[in-house]
Amino acid sequence: MIREPVTGAWLDIGPVGQISPGHARTLPVAGGPDESREIAVFHTLEGRFYALVNTCPHKAGPLSQGLVHGHVVTCPLHNWNISLKTGEAQGEDRGCVPVIPLKVDAGRIYLLRAAVLGENRRAA
Amino acid sequence: MNAPLSFNERRSLAPMRERLVVIGNGMAGCRAVEEILARDPARYAITIFGAEPRVNYNRIMLSPVLAGEKAFDDIVINGEDWYANNAITLIAGDPVAAIDRASQSVIARSGRIEPYDRLLIATGSDPFIIPVPGAELAGVVTFRDLDDVEKMLKAAEGGGHAVVIGGGLLGLEAAHGLSLRGMAVTVIHLMPTLMERQLDEAAGWLLKSELEARGQTILTGADTAEIVGDAGHVCGVRLKDGREIAADIVVMAVGIRPATALARGAGLQVERGILVDDHMVTSDPAIMAVGECVQHRGACYGLVAPLWEMCRALADAATGEPSGYEGSVTSTKLKVSGIDLFSAGDFSGGEGAEDIVLRDAARGVYKRVIVRDDRLVGAVLYGDTGDGAWYFDLLKKGEDIAPIREALIFGQAFASGGAQLDPSAAVAALSDDAEICGCNGVSKGKVIACIAGGAHSLDAVRGGCKASASCGSCTGLVETLLQLTLGEEVQSGPKSLCKCTSFTHADVRRLIVEKGLKVIPQVMQALGWSTPDGCASCRPALNYYLLCAWPGDYVDDQQSRFVNERLHANIQKDGTYSVVPRMWGGLTTPDELRAIADAADKYGARTVKVTGGQRIDLFGIHKEDLPAIWADLNAAGMVSGHAYGKALRTVKTCVGSEWCRFGTQDSTGLGVRIERMTWGSWMPHKFKIAVSGCPRNCAEATIKDFGVVCVDSGYELHVGGNGGIKVRVTDLLCKVATEEEALDVCAAFIQLYREQAWYLERTAPWIERVGLDHVKSALFDDPDAIASLAARFRFSQGFMQDDPWAQRAAGADAELHQHLAEVRPFPTQAILEAAE
Repeated sequence: MIREPVTGAWLDIGPVGQISPGHARTLPVAGGPDESREIAVFHTLEGRFYALVNTCPHKAGPLSQGLVHGHVVTCPLHNWNISLKTGEAQGEDRGCVPVIPLKVDAGRIYLLRAAVLGENRRAA
Repeated sequence: MNAPLSFNERRSLAPMRERLVVIGNGMAGCRAVEEILARDPARYAITIFGAEPRVNYNRIMLSPVLAGEKAFDDIVINGEDWYANNAITLIAGDPVAAIDRASQSVIARSGRIEPYDRLLIATGSDPFIIPVPGAELAGVVTFRDLDDVEKMLKAAEGGGHAVVIGGGLLGLEAAHGLSLRGMAVTVIHLMPTLMERQLDEAAGWLLKSELEARGQTILTGADTAEIVGDAGHVCGVRLKDGREIAADIVVMAVGIRPATALARGAGLQVERGILVDDHMVTSDPAIMAVGECVQHRGACYGLVAPLWEMCRALADAATGEPSGYEGSVTSTKLKVSGIDLFSAGDFSGGEGAEDIVLRDAARGVYKRVIVRDDRLVGAVLYGDTGDGAWYFDLLKKGEDIAPIREALIFGQAFASGGAQLDPSAAVAALSDDAEICGCNGVSKGKVIACIAGGAHSLDAVRGGCKASASCGSCTGLVETLLQLTLGEEVQSGPKSLCKCTSFTHADVRRLIVEKGLKVIPQVMQALGWSTPDGCASCRPALNYYLLCAWPGDYVDDQQSRFVNERLHANIQKDGTYSVVPRMWGGLTTPDELRAIADAADKYGARTVKVTGGQRIDLFGIHKEDLPAIWADLNAAGMVSGHAYGKALRTVKTCVGSEWCRFGTQDSTGLGVRIERMTWGSWMPHKFKIAVSGCPRNCAEATIKDFGVVCVDSGYELHVGGNGGIKVRVTDLLCKVATEEEALDVCAAFIQLYREQAWYLERTAPWIERVGLDHVKSALFDDPDAIASLAARFRFSQGFMQDDPWAQRAAGADAELHQHLAEVRPFPTQAILEAAE
């Protein structure tokens, strides 16, 4: 969960129109600290955008392929509900996936570069 | 207010005063000056530059001017006398071209130089023009100032077609005005929900319905590709999906951007807006900024209320008594007469946030308040905004709402009613002849009598006196009456569809048809859903129920589909997919097998397996490769096997009389015919069929949803089998003599299941729930039942039998398969490459 003000360089990943509401799309990150790291960028039915590492804390299911409702995505593999705001599993399930700070400006989506590259953990 | 100064007084005072130059004669600039004058009228010699050649007017009232409800004179805030009386020099129509911070002066376009001691930048914002071909054509206007309004009014004189790009606050107000002026208006909105920044899906849908009822055409999810011109003037708008809309005028109202060019040119710190501190001072202590052009604590504002608060803080600081601005909470009302709509705060939910939703379908009311930690954090009201101001006040003050939480959604009159804090008290206080159920005209007295007569559950009351048995919007009232009358003895009713509603699957299915509900938000509104956009349980169910009820009419909602049905393949534990092409009746050819083998090589299928349904499954395919592998399989004549769907899966067969020495009928041929008839149909759950050529039953037809066992004299038709967790052998439904009859009964049985079962209910539990007798009676009591059910199935199939793989291979929904972009980090920087 983001508690501190977010600063640093932002990556422009393109216009908001690329993701229909209720859907998510993916952003593979090559050569980072994790092999095959992927970011999922979500657009909720209420028009909000969020980004998470695309890996369910349960069995690593691709959250980008889940059903989005409210500010929650339901993992396609075993129906865990993950909060798009905090990355935390909802209800009885326990687990958390990193949130990638995201902002929308003038119709474009920006992700915090350090978080995309997985550098935030090293810095912390 | 301030006594007029004579010319001589002005002359004599001027040199002693600090020179304040204001760039921007709009609402922010003038309000700031008013606030300063109110505190210390003698402190500054003031010069205001305005780009428009007119006095200061109320920009937010341009919408009523466009709609013909007000004239320009009505919206002037400060006339010429105000400038004169306060010794303000107004330089209108000569905009500032540059700021020279070194010499502390501004340079106007005409070359005029004006020195300052303090400078105030109030340049506001510029309309955002989407960069599409044709945006520069004559007849493409924005909606920002009086010139724009005049252009629109002129265009409206000739009637014709107007297209408004942008379904936000401004766009809808422009559309309303043009519509009242007699133009045929089409609103094009990129997002699926109008005013998505202020409204949730439910309220957005109500708004869209109302505007459509007023004759506007609202196209949501519509992306503009090009503005089409003829001889330099706009004549239409073309969308990315190819649709073209005629237009005599195009209003671009997609949003605003802080106007920061001057500040940027002067080297001030600028991000999205001009950065200011809590006293509205920029990175240069001699320069202040206020209004829509600034960015304060990370936020930019496009509404008027924050602007007033900023101006107060600015004036306090500029007159030596700094107070500080701490940011604003904003609320929105749409200025379209007859539409009541209010939105404030944060309605995106979030950690610890809880929704309270009240819907009144009969009155078209939708109210939603969002509560976190006993504080109100957001509100969306449609149809009844009477309590908007009260909610906004609670929200701004951050008041503890715990004591009034139960009654909060009912509004101020109710929540503040002291003794009536408990909503059930209000119900208890109703008189016996008060109407509870409007649909069936049932009074409170009748409901109480019904309960007293032994109806101890909601269902029993519905059955007994019809209260809440129709639209169900009084369900809450009836439940309260049960509670009041019986206390602990209320029996809980049948399980509801999900936590978002108190209706059962059966209720929802019936009401969709009875009330003619056509889209998901409409169902949620009419049936009083308690969440704004449903959950992972109800969305797929509603999507199926609507698809089944309105074949050919309902547009499938991809956002309500599980991943397998959205991507037309089966997701596996590692996030890759498996692909199963259809093999009609389990038959294949060498050419098909070669194409499958080639596809397995080409797309790296790590496992190739023969399925239980007599076809071949290719595992380990990446979502990006799906359209390509489908194109290859399509080219060899194969289509989707729907191995991933709540749909007809396969028709398993044995070889039958063509080869088998025991075969009694052509079971393979019949299997192919059945699969050709049933493929592509969406069902409450997956559906498997088999045809065996003799009672040895090699195709295992007696554990399928529909099984045919051929015998010498014809065909035995079996239903409700299941080979899953709980094995269930089929029940014999009937015996028929011909293939044609077998096909008709199959189609009719499937349609009965499609129309009556609950979502995610296989045929086996469905038949156990309703009983085989019910199924037989529905199929055979009326001699026309088979024919009419089969006809409904075939009608629906006319829309379903369109290979989804071929659509995707041809490029449909490409974004579902492609990455957004790729990040490739290098030691010092990250390079971003677009996927295409």
